[in-house]
Amino acid sequence: MPTFIFPGKYESLAKIAELVQIATREFGLDSCAAYGVETAVDEACSNIIEHAYGGEDRGEIEFSYEITADSLIITLRDHGKKFKPKKIEKPKTNVPLKNRSDHGLGLYFIHQWMDEVQYDHREGYNILTLIKHKGTMSK
Amino acid sequence: MEINHTEFKRCDVVKVSGRVDSATAPRLAEKLNEIMDAGRFRIVLDLQDLDFISSAGLRVLIGAQKTCKRYNRGEVVLANVQPNILSALDLAGFTPFFKIFDDTVSAVGNF
Repeated sequence: MPTFIFPGKYESLAKIAELVQIATREFGLDSCAAYGVETAVDEACSNIIEHAYGGEDRGEIEFSYEITADSLIITLRDHGKKFKPKKIEKPKTNVPLKNRSDHGLGLYFIHQWMDEVQYDHREGYNILTLIKHKGTMSK
Repeated sequence: MEINHTEFKRCDVVKVSGRVDSATAPRLAEKLNEIMDAGRFRIVLDLQDLDFISSAGLRVLIGAQKTCKRYNRGEVVLANVQPNILSALDLAGFTPFFKIFDDTVSAVGNF
């Protein structure tokens, strides 16, 4: 399973996205599903930098992926603050623009675009596993 | 990300290309704020060559829309929205907040 280590800063996001594109192409996802996986990984890495590390240049992001017969499994590891998953809320769309909150979108995107999302904390590391199955549409 | 800004008499066209993520979204916000600070609130965002937008970018779009629509002084409209970008806007529940045009000419004509 190839593992890549990136500095925890926003500039790394484009480089991580290139790896995600290689992985989704290798796995054979269509453009829409591949875009979804790219979004989920981008949001997860942005959250690691912003919330786990509390800012840029405070730690690393480990990215690895594995392709099985029917799944693309992406793993992200960081040694920042332990992640406590919150309740995932669907954005409220029936409110006027001025009252529309734009928070919590990243986490919502991760759960919408991926088929499985697993959080774990082991030996001081947050471990986030994002799984996309073959032939599933985005939710 | 690249930003090209053209000022017209009736509106401003901002062409955004490449990736809008947490690294680049602040630059997009800065450009849109610069336009709005100049008292110009009719903005066309041409998204023809936008490859990717994360929630950080979508927050910039919705923030600009809130500012432009205040006092009915204008609005942000979108042109040439590619299917993947449209899916992201839709998933965020943001499509009802923006007029979406097939091309820049129609978007400019809206103003």
